[in-house]
Amino acid sequence: MGNIFKLAARNLMRYKRRTMLTSMLITLGVVAVLLFVSISGSFKSLMIGQITDSMLGHIQIHKKGYLASIDSLPLNRNLTEQQVKKVIEALAGEPDVEAYSMRIRLGAMFSNFTETTNVRLNAVVPKDEEATAPLLPNRIIEGEKDGLLNPGEILIPELIAKGMKVKVGDGIVLVANNKDGSVNGQTFMVRGILEGISGPGGRDGMIHIEDAKSLLRINGVEVSEIAIRLNDIDRLDSVFASLQNKLGGLKNQQGQPVFEIHTWESISPFFNIAEMIDLMTFFIKIMLVAIVLVSIMNVMIMAVFERINEIGTISAIGTLPGKILGLFVVEGFLMGVLGTALGTVISLVTIAIMNVTQISFDFGRQTGLLLSPTIGVADVVTIVAIVIAIAVLASLQPAWKASKMDPITALKHV
Amino acid sequence: MSLIVAEKLVKTYSSGDLEVKAIRGVDFVIEPASFVSFIGPSGSGKSTLLNMIGCLDPPTEGQLKVVGQDVTGLSRQDAARFRGEHIGFVFQDFNLIPVLTVFENVEYPLQMVQSWPKDERMKRVQEMLDAVGMGDQGHKYPSQISGGQKQRVAVARALVTNAKLVLADEPTANLDRETATMVIELMKKMRDEFKTTFVFSTHDPRIVDNVEITFELEDGILKRHEMAKGGAHG
Repeated sequence: MGNIFKLAARNLMRYKRRTMLTSMLITLGVVAVLLFVSISGSFKSLMIGQITDSMLGHIQIHKKGYLASIDSLPLNRNLTEQQVKKVIEALAGEPDVEAYSMRIRLGAMFSNFTETTNVRLNAVVPKDEEATAPLLPNRIIEGEKDGLLNPGEILIPELIAKGMKVKVGDGIVLVANNKDGSVNGQTFMVRGILEGISGPGGRDGMIHIEDAKSLLRINGVEVSEIAIRLNDIDRLDSVFASLQNKLGGLKNQQGQPVFEIHTWESISPFFNIAEMIDLMTFFIKIMLVAIVLVSIMNVMIMAVFERINEIGTISAIGTLPGKILGLFVVEGFLMGVLGTALGTVISLVTIAIMNVTQISFDFGRQTGLLLSPTIGVADVVTIVAIVIAIAVLASLQPAWKASKMDPITALKHV
Repeated sequence: MSLIVAEKLVKTYSSGDLEVKAIRGVDFVIEPASFVSFIGPSGSGKSTLLNMIGCLDPPTEGQLKVVGQDVTGLSRQDAARFRGEHIGFVFQDFNLIPVLTVFENVEYPLQMVQSWPKDERMKRVQEMLDAVGMGDQGHKYPSQISGGQKQRVAVARALVTNAKLVLADEPTANLDRETATMVIELMKKMRDEFKTTFVFSTHDPRIVDNVEITFELEDGILKRHEMAKGGAHG
């Protein structure tokens, strides 16, 4: 086998420029794919992190039908104390659950004493909310971040603050209907201004859950949603499946399911963008495959054509067809290895440089996001394996043709 | 035992509906350690006959035994294996592998065809290069040596496996007079030294003058044979 590799390497070096050009083409393809995978992957995880860690959490549990009518923030679809207890029991048995936050979501009238507008609010237990959405304090663009908020305080969305000309420290009034239709009002002090982000709930204000209970005259426990944070987002599917197994099958007296469980993917529109990124990555990989396939096949067809006489000679002196096939396949393999090795090294160096230079970018209203491209060993190994496999595959046809060549015809070839 | 026995050998090529009989029922016997040539005008069938003897092309009819083995029905794979084991080739254009050195060219059949152990291979290749007077040129590439030297290397490559038969198709056609004579003498010397049979297909009178048996072909038929000394029966 070593002899075949030696001979194949010598043959490649016979046409140095052509070999280098083909390898460079493969190198370029590998670099393009690895950089795209690493940058898009970094962008994707950054955005997923932003969305899940500053608002959504990784998984959310609601009463069945809540999400379908979320636009009206229906208080009559809140989870009851008993249902909440069931969820807490289920979460207690999940080692991958890092934290969870009970939320009451409500709509209210927001008044600064001269003007009134509508506001959507998220009522939370600050400590639990911070544990579930650790990036939430970063969204407080004005006001005190520590401790998130206390009873009697409100974090108001940036746009309402601007529109209603409300500043940190101002007093405001919230007026809300409870689920029975009665109206109640309560004064709040503006604790901070909350930056808006894309996605559901990204432009909601925030109050303490105890304030929501008194405003809505809720006795006992009532919760609109339970947001859950996992230790590791890669465990999303297994935790989701487990919760679905524990809670999804529970039925009420009418035989209808009690809970609905969603991952962030089914709640956030960014998931579609993430899927589009994955699709683009897939198509870029297809392009790489095409580049490797066409370039290697082209070179190997030329190599076979140029060496017909030589193939006749080695065949005449007794080289078995299998060895002739191996010789050309190894040439394709070596070209694939050379291009891939160069491409991988260049990509890893470029990724390291990008991390050192700390490239930042803006996404929607979020500015100065730091791009930290990384690439997993599995991604590198997969791409390397794909390229080398395609290089071998591309050389198979010309190699097969060479191995099947009639020695007499080949020897007559000039 | 005779080295080559051909009985009623026929080779027909088909091209569409057209059938061309290149060899039309040829019988001959070649004994071991002979120096034999097939002569005849272009298209007479001498190269076809050589290709059949070399197991590069199977006969259409008749029987052909080489080194005691019936080679008429060999598969492509078995034919390649048989060639690698028993037959050496010397070509008009030398056909050395340009990316291999002189040494590696001679080593090729031992390494890629017969898988000899390295030590034995090295020794044998050096012996052969010494025998053809190329012992000190092993490191050179074919592009760095002359035509005569290339043909010497080709002879060494043909003989390195201890082949019992060397087939040479117009081996002197691309050589000048002096070099051609030198190569013919070398092959004769190799025949004497290694008891190898050399079979030529040639127009070259210098070869014809040197061989012991000449078969003349015309239109695929063995017209006559001449024997300078014993060793063949037409």
